[in-house]
Amino acid sequence: MNLYAHLIQPFADYGFMRRALVACLALAFGSGPIGTFLVLRRMSLMGDAMSHAILPGAAIGFLVAGLSLWAMSAGGLVVGLAVALLAGVISRTTALREDASLAGFYLISLAAGVLIVSTRGSNIDLLHVLFGSILSVDNEALLLVASISTLSLVTLALIYRPLVAECFDPGFLRAIAGRGSLYHVIFLALVVVNLVAGFQSLGTLMAVGLMMLPAAAARFWAIEVWSLAAVSIAVAFLSGWAGLLLSYNFDMPSGPAIILTAGVFYALSILAGRHGSLRARYFPGAHFHSAPEKTS
Amino acid sequence: MSDPVITVSDLTLAYDRKPAVHHVNGSFGKGSLTAIVGPNGAGKSTLLKSIVGLIAPSEGRIDRHGLKRLDLAYLPQQAEIDRSFPITVADTVALGLWRDTGIFGGVSAAGRRRVVEALASVGLHGFAQNPVGNLSAGQFQRVLFARLLVQDAALILLDEPFAAIDERTTADLMGVVARWHGEGRTVVAVLHDTEDVRAHFPQTLLMARELIGWGPTSEVLTDGNLRRARALAQYWNEGHSHAAHGRAA
Repeated sequence: MNLYAHLIQPFADYGFMRRALVACLALAFGSGPIGTFLVLRRMSLMGDAMSHAILPGAAIGFLVAGLSLWAMSAGGLVVGLAVALLAGVISRTTALREDASLAGFYLISLAAGVLIVSTRGSNIDLLHVLFGSILSVDNEALLLVASISTLSLVTLALIYRPLVAECFDPGFLRAIAGRGSLYHVIFLALVVVNLVAGFQSLGTLMAVGLMMLPAAAARFWAIEVWSLAAVSIAVAFLSGWAGLLLSYNFDMPSGPAIILTAGVFYALSILAGRHGSLRARYFPGAHFHSAPEKTS
Repeated sequence: MSDPVITVSDLTLAYDRKPAVHHVNGSFGKGSLTAIVGPNGAGKSTLLKSIVGLIAPSEGRIDRHGLKRLDLAYLPQQAEIDRSFPITVADTVALGLWRDTGIFGGVSAAGRRRVVEALASVGLHGFAQNPVGNLSAGQFQRVLFARLLVQDAALILLDEPFAAIDERTTADLMGVVARWHGEGRTVVAVLHDTEDVRAHFPQTLLMARELIGWGPTSEVLTDGNLRRARALAQYWNEGHSHAAHGRAA
C-alpha cells in the first residue's frame, strides 16, 4: 500500500505527472537509440555541443512568438541543423578538425542564445529555455515529442544498415554505396530533432543528459546494437519515472532529478555492469561469468 | 595483354591536400593478379583508394570500362575499421550481400547459406555468432576475406591484406587470392613483402609517388628499380616537390 502510494499514486492522481511520464517514455524511445549510436561513433560530446547550438534558435523563436512551442522548436531545429552542417563544412575546407569547429560554434551559440533571451525576457524565461519544465508539458508538447520519437525510430530503421556500416567500416560503405556522408548528415539531423524534442521538457542544457547517460550506461550491459538501444531506452524511461517521483516526493526540480537518476544508473553500471565494468574486470567470478572486454 | 578492366591516364592524386601520386599511366588487364609495391609513403594505398572511388583524381582520369560500384570489392586496412563495434562475424560477412539486400532488404535463406559457406572456406566454421571484438587480427582478416567472397565481385582490391597477421593465416588467405585468380577475377593488392610478391603475383606495379615499373613481376622487381624507388622515396620524404623533381630530372 505504502509502495503504491510512493511509486504509482502520484501518476494516478495528477494529470501533469502522467503527461510528464508519457513525455519521458517518448523521449526514451527517441533519445535512447540515438545516444547509442553517438557512443558507438565516439561522438558522445557531439550531443552536448549540439544541445547548446539549439539555444539561439529557440531564443529567436521566443523573441518572435513568446513561449510558443512551435516557434521555439522550429528555431532550435533550423539553427541546430545549420551549426551541425557548418561545423562539418569548416572541418572539410579548413585545417580545423570537426570537434574543434563544433566547440567554437556551440560556445558562440550558447552566448548568443542567452543574450537574445535576456534582451526581451526575464530570468524566469531564461531558466525555462535552459532547464525546461517537464511538469508543465501539455498535450500539444506531448504530441510533438511523440511524433519526433516515431520519426526518429522509423528513420533509424530505414538507414540502419548503412549507419552500422558507416560506424564499423566507413571505407567499405563508401566503396559499395558511395554516400557515407549522406547517412552521417541524416544521423546528425536525428540528433538535432531529438534534442529539440527534449528541450521543452528538460531544457537545452539537460535534454542531452537523457540521450547520453543511458547510452553510456548500456555499454556495460549489452554487446549488440539492438540490445544497447533497448537498454538505453529502458534506463532513460526508468530515470524519468524515478526522477519524477523524487521530484514529487522531495520537492526537487524535475529536470535535474531525472538526469541525476540517470547518473546513478550510469555510476552503478560502471561499478557492477556485466561487460567491462570495474566488477567484471577486477572481480570476474563474482556473479556473472564474462571475459574482460574492451569498451570504448 | 587481355582487355583492360581499369585504365589510369596521367593520374595525379592528393591526400589531405598534399600531392601523393604523380602522373601514373597504365592498365590492369582482365583476370590479372597485380601487386602494388613501393616504400612507405609511396602513395600505394592512395592509388588503390582512387580506383575504388574513395579519392577523386586532382588531375588525369580513371576509366573503369563500364564496371559498376557493386562489381568491385574492397578490403580496407584493418586500422580503418572499428573492431570494438558490437557486430557479429555473421553480420559482418552479410554486409557483403549488399548487391542482393541493398539498403533496406533482409538477408534471404540463400544469403545466409552463402555467409556460412564463406566462413567455412576461410576456416572460421562455427564462429558466426562471435562478436568481432573477440577475434585475433588474423581471424578478423579471415572474416573480411569471407565478406569479399560473398561480394562475388569481378574486381577485388586489397589494401595490405597480410599486414600484422600470422604466417598460417597469410598462407590460407593467399590460397583464397589464388582461387580468385583461377576463377578469372581481377585482383589488385597493396603489399609490403617482395618475397610474397615474387612467389604469388605475376604482375607488379612499383611506385614511389610516381610510377617506376608496371608489368611482369620479374621485370619490375629488379635491384635497380628497387634502389630507384628507395632513393625517390627518400627524396620525397626530405620535402622536395614534384615540380623540383621535374626540373632536376
